[in-house]
Amino acid sequence: MQTTWAYISNYFVYSAMAVFTISFISHAFETAFAVRSPEASDSTQGSLLTKTLDYKRTEKAARIATAMMILAFILLFAGVITRGISAKHVPWGNMYEFSITGALAFTGAYLVALRKYDLRWLGLFVSISVLLTLGTAITLLYRNSAPLVPALKSTWLVIHVVAAIISGGVFLLANVVAGAYLYLERIESRGARPAWLQRVPSLEVLDQLSYRLVAFVFPLWTFAVIAGAIWAESAWGRYWGWDPKETWAFITWVAYAAYLHARVTVGWRGRRAAWLCIFAGSTFLFNYVYVNVWGTGKHTYSGL
Amino acid sequence: MSKQVDVPELGLVALLRFAWTQLTSMRTALILLMLMGVAAIPGSLIPQRITNPMAVRDFFGSNPELAKWYDKLSLFDVYGSPWFSAIYILLFISLIGCVLPRSVEHYKTMLAQPPSTPKNLNRLSHFQEFSGSRESLNRAEAWFKKNRFRVRIEEGTISAEKGYLRETGNLLFHLSLILILLGVSFGALFGMRGEAIVNVGERFISVPTSYDTLTFGKLSGENSLSPFQINVDKFQAKYDPKTSAPQDYTAWVTVNSDGNSSKKILKVNQPLTFGQTRVYLQANGYSPVVTVRDSLKNVVFQGPVPFLPQDGNLRSIGAIKVPDTKPSIGFVASFVPTNARTTSQGAISIFPELLDPKLLFSIWEGDLGLDSGIPQSVYKINTDNLKQIGLGSVKPGETFNFDGGSITLETVVPWVNLQVVRDPGKSFALVGGIVAILGLLTSLYGRRRRIWIRINGDRIEIAGLAKNSAPGLETEINKFVAAVKGEK
Repeated sequence: MQTTWAYISNYFVYSAMAVFTISFISHAFETAFAVRSPEASDSTQGSLLTKTLDYKRTEKAARIATAMMILAFILLFAGVITRGISAKHVPWGNMYEFSITGALAFTGAYLVALRKYDLRWLGLFVSISVLLTLGTAITLLYRNSAPLVPALKSTWLVIHVVAAIISGGVFLLANVVAGAYLYLERIESRGARPAWLQRVPSLEVLDQLSYRLVAFVFPLWTFAVIAGAIWAESAWGRYWGWDPKETWAFITWVAYAAYLHARVTVGWRGRRAAWLCIFAGSTFLFNYVYVNVWGTGKHTYSGL
Repeated sequence: MSKQVDVPELGLVALLRFAWTQLTSMRTALILLMLMGVAAIPGSLIPQRITNPMAVRDFFGSNPELAKWYDKLSLFDVYGSPWFSAIYILLFISLIGCVLPRSVEHYKTMLAQPPSTPKNLNRLSHFQEFSGSRESLNRAEAWFKKNRFRVRIEEGTISAEKGYLRETGNLLFHLSLILILLGVSFGALFGMRGEAIVNVGERFISVPTSYDTLTFGKLSGENSLSPFQINVDKFQAKYDPKTSAPQDYTAWVTVNSDGNSSKKILKVNQPLTFGQTRVYLQANGYSPVVTVRDSLKNVVFQGPVPFLPQDGNLRSIGAIKVPDTKPSIGFVASFVPTNARTTSQGAISIFPELLDPKLLFSIWEGDLGLDSGIPQSVYKINTDNLKQIGLGSVKPGETFNFDGGSITLETVVPWVNLQVVRDPGKSFALVGGIVAILGLLTSLYGRRRRIWIRINGDRIEIAGLAKNSAPGLETEINKFVAAVKGEK
């Protein structure tokens, strides 16, 4: 029975990957075909910059792309749930399970943000990065579904890990936005944006958006760290022990605290703020990859 | 912000004042904050004494020259090092110097009325103008009251402000960080931490001599040990049959404290609590119970000997020291719970449970060095001055005879490692953590804004200002206008 559920989970994850691929292709199609070359009569300005974007032509592709993203999210959600059923615990026992749940959280963060902001330009990037994450997970990180080691058997697993995964998803989204800011800033400093980038919001909006995302999720990250400390107290006999994972969680916290202060009190904007945001986000990624794969300490469990 | 100051002419007081202003400036605080993040990095890349003393020893072995330099720079004790301490102490002084004056100022603002209405409202954001009367002003006042704005009522105008909670939360957050630091230091000064290996069937009494390791905070001592006794009645470890991964550890114990005896269950996430002291189940292994006899068949050693696990399948190493024979005998031994032979490695264990246990040993004769005064590992014997007199192995119930005596493996019992911790500062740290989150939430989501209303003949003027350009004032003012017009 256990293995049956694990197989079902794998099918869901594979299907989600297929649908993410369709979503990716639709996003790419939408962006590519929305660019309309200048017509011959349009030669008054006579430069490449007269290329415009006409999203009416590709509205259908855009709708398909988002719909596929939602469908893929549902499939991946089912994959994560069935993985949990097969292992009889929340599916956060090893790095494969973290990765598929992280991909789910990232897609979820994008879809939720999409309801509020016009973020569809980000869809191309979201779908490809989720595909890469799932691909790595299923090829390199896959482990058979297994019960938890004793230290993980705690309600805090759910609380601590949910908070950490959601924070991670939003931090990475903020990183993507900050990265887009830096890229666009470089392009704009050389002239106007090329046609395919015209849909991306203005620099100011991007700058604000990455700040909003971080400010929104920073208390949750603080909570994730504190919940981890409470759990560590009951499992390992100390609430803070400078274990590599704890150290990097602390570094991430400090980096984002510095980012928020730099923006709110010192008034950093634009490029400097974006770089600081990306730096803070990379400490989170580093923690995930380095400590799980090469690190030592109490957060490394058997078989990744 | 800071100006160029001609330091030498200012004298000591001015210099100190200058240093204080510099230290408590936001820029310095920010630099210190980032510096603390950077300073924490080496501790996660270089092995640390507090988390992994074995790896530090290995590092000294493989890179003695580099290790010496690392050690001089406290790189094996980053989080207790002078430079790390310097950064966080400076950061906290800077924080206190910043937060305390702001708290006083904020307290005064909370008691005071909002500032008077500016002269020209039409130059401000969200400006609106419509016809109205004194009655509108009364409705405005009622609306402010209902929505819990602070108001200053002057002739023909009301100035209202709301959202002080934002700054309150901000200050609370920073004050709570100080509380966390106090909690950590308090725990380090007044706490204790000890570990003891206890064989199943044996009793642990919490007195200094029964601990294998025991450390006290600088302001704490042996008389602060909480008196209790723990009998380990039974221990059960469950492992995954395929991967040998542990699934569950449970110890059944009888606890004696304050004259009461009770049966308890001790698990990994389920410590025992005695007042402020908690007891954790941290590790487990096996103790072969052996009997050693001399050539006249007199028992010279008998009892369980804890062995130290080396891998996930609990292949363990240990030493049986028999000082009372002449000459002394020592057994350098390894124990495997489930024996399997390989051609290359000798005996290995293929499963952590006692399916086919076997004790393998070499026998040594000579001075064990127990009286030399140099502390020795209980798991190792220094064989430099000893002579090997035999090599053998036994399974439970078997006896191995050697020249000068015999050794019998009677049975094997599991042992558990109990970790005993008292941390009187942790509740402060916890309260600090909770307040920090609440403070963060109110400071990041709170919005401070002002709304003004003035009657100018038969015209009503309204304007608003949102601090930190927080969104949402537009809708609020629209509601306010509706209320003033008496539309609802």
